[in-house]
Amino acid sequence: MVRLRYEIEGGNFNRAGNASSNVKKVLKQLNIDQRLIKKVVVALYEAEVNIVAHAYGGYVSVEISPTQIDMIVSDKGPGIPDVEKAMKEGFSTASQKVREMGFGAGMGLPNIKKNVDSLEIDTIVGVGTTLKMTKLFNDAAE
Amino acid sequence: MKLSIVVELLDARVVSGSVSEEVVETGFCSDLMSDVLTLETERMLLITGMANLQTIRTAEMADIHWILLVRNKKATQEMLKLANELGIVMIETAMSSFRTCGILYNAGLKPVY
Repeated sequence: MVRLRYEIEGGNFNRAGNASSNVKKVLKQLNIDQRLIKKVVVALYEAEVNIVAHAYGGYVSVEISPTQIDMIVSDKGPGIPDVEKAMKEGFSTASQKVREMGFGAGMGLPNIKKNVDSLEIDTIVGVGTTLKMTKLFNDAAE
Repeated sequence: MKLSIVVELLDARVVSGSVSEEVVETGFCSDLMSDVLTLETERMLLITGMANLQTIRTAEMADIHWILLVRNKKATQEMLKLANELGIVMIETAMSSFRTCGILYNAGLKPVY
């Protein structure tokens, strides 16, 4: 079992993606299938960018076992008032600054869901949001 | 299509890595990294006017090896450093997105969809 944890700074786009980049390196070292790695890190990167874009700060915590990867991406931030709406492609509350970075088009959460096997969203308005994501390693041949 | 042909057709400049033996199959043009992250295509050239670190991070996560910056956008030193570390080839052209895509499409570069 490999355990990794990274602190994420809200608003700092210079560092956005550093955690996902490190996780990608570790998965490569573990010889995980390249297509699976892409799905995992795209989901993780979207979630990491969400913290940078919307929250004050948070963390990414990852557990890699031989059969699956479990990821928790948790932030202190505004929370999501309407999760169902946030899951719809095209719905976004992102700032102009976030849009200037190439994000904030309302694709993040739907894309996360597409790339993992399970996604749980726990959110409290005014407190923060926690995403729990799992990707199984056994569908490499799909 | 050989990446060296792309460079020639667009009067472009290679600013990171080498294009000598590289072959691209498809092209995708977007300034929206979220859209780029929805693709599952391999051997794809990313054509974009978005020149910041997240362009490189997006390419890293999506296994994109070649980035073409259009509209005379320049890669920053930070971008070049990260692209070099990751082995991502970066090319710059002064041409607009529309002109770039028109030329590459005519020359046989395939669209993703």
